[in-house]
Amino acid sequence: MIITKSKNINNIINQINQESVFIIGCSECATICKTGGENEISKLEKLLTKQGINVIGSVILEPACHKLNDKRILNKYKKELKDIKQIITLSCGNGAQTISEIFEDKEVISGTDTIFLGQIKHINEFEKKCNLCGNCIIDKYDGLCPITRCPKNMLNGPCGGSIEGKCEIDNNMDCIWHLIYKKLKKKNRLKELREINEPFDWSNSKTWRIKI
Amino acid sequence: MNYISNLHKILSKSIFTITAEIGPPKSSDNTIIIEKGKILKDYADAFNITDNQTAVVRMSSLSASKILVDNDIEPIMQITCRDRNRIALQSDILGAAALGVKNILCLTGDHQSFGNHPESKGVFDVDSIQLIQIVKNMRDNGIFQNGEKITSKKPALFIGAATNPFLKCTEFAVDRLEKKINAGTNFVQTQSVFNIDKFNIWMDEIKSRGLDEMIHIIAGVSPLKSKKMANRMKFQIPGVDIPDDLYARMEKSEKPEVEGYKISLELTNMIKKIKGVHGIHYTALFWERIIPELVINSKLTFKDRNIKF
Repeated sequence: MIITKSKNINNIINQINQESVFIIGCSECATICKTGGENEISKLEKLLTKQGINVIGSVILEPACHKLNDKRILNKYKKELKDIKQIITLSCGNGAQTISEIFEDKEVISGTDTIFLGQIKHINEFEKKCNLCGNCIIDKYDGLCPITRCPKNMLNGPCGGSIEGKCEIDNNMDCIWHLIYKKLKKKNRLKELREINEPFDWSNSKTWRIKI
Repeated sequence: MNYISNLHKILSKSIFTITAEIGPPKSSDNTIIIEKGKILKDYADAFNITDNQTAVVRMSSLSASKILVDNDIEPIMQITCRDRNRIALQSDILGAAALGVKNILCLTGDHQSFGNHPESKGVFDVDSIQLIQIVKNMRDNGIFQNGEKITSKKPALFIGAATNPFLKCTEFAVDRLEKKINAGTNFVQTQSVFNIDKFNIWMDEIKSRGLDEMIHIIAGVSPLKSKKMANRMKFQIPGVDIPDDLYARMEKSEKPEVEGYKISLELTNMIKKIKGVHGIHYTALFWERIIPELVINSKLTFKDRNIKF
């Protein structure tokens, strides 16, 4: 699940310089995160109307990051979109950029911030579990990822700031190395933690732009 | 035997060493480094130059180390993984050795969110253990992290690391120190010791594994200068363990500076008796002049180094 957060409404309003806008939501992650579903679109519409901005139409794409599917759905909104110069997207950054590619002559205003790839822990509670490094090593740590869950990407045990099993950055956050240690100890695998892990191969993380 | 550095020589001869920290200024003023160095020169064998510690921007540790070298004072250049990837780290390692730096202390580094540029992006390409291994491979095997050969002179550096004896799980903390030893560290400096009981438990574990025979252990001591500092160290600095009774002494004291000094002197006297500890590392940022007093009054003699009190 790609986790998004709604932007402050003023941030969105400040970007709008047209009388009319069109809103695009997303049926998948953003709907579950309550940032780009039906409710959020109608809430945004009301707020914009109050400011005297006309929302000429809206649609929820399924999902917004699916370019071919987007084109098919958006075809039905040709009339509304014809003279529109600004579109507000309530999706993740993938969705927003997909829309931007489809409408080269229109400006895309993102109504969300994309935070991370995470797990849905409870309703409205998300936790980052994977940072897309392209080189999965969780088998070494019995299913726990220190690359994602240690703010310093430590691969050889905790730093000196691991306090009572919590991370120095945020004491609501478990020190992942504390969890790894506890889990491997139970399974009698502590010996493995004594081996030195060599510098990580980040070349698969492809932080630069890539197609596969 | 060829010694890599003065510190290497002192420790190899089983002389109880003193090291002290010098924090570079938040400016380009080289005289600040020189002044601090001069105050402390006769009271320690080598001087840690911090690397943007607590993620606050200061003069680079490499430059400040070079300033000490130019003034015949031996630096221990601290180097962290927070601000540089493996390319920059190795490049600075070569540069440091070329400029006459002979000791290096490899750290992962405080997280940038604690510093004065919390919006910055941390690097953390490698961790401290991997960095130790990188320096060792460069020094002993003449190879870079990617396996390529260093084309001529290899960086001769005496390698150090930091260790925290006060992690909740002693066994795991010692495991991690053992990894640092296996990676190639020659000495370790510990987190500041306030809780002597916990430190002794940690040392017992170290000795039971024979690790004190494999590396040199230098215990950290930080003189507390004020109630504010005691409070900050106890509640805000990750990994510092100030027992309640020591904290209360600082709180109740009418002259916190005097009390802080007394506590440090007591700790120094206790630590120097612990078998397996090979020295003391003083961290007294902005209170450097207290270090000579501690060294003199704890009778940490410098007779082998031809210094008279």
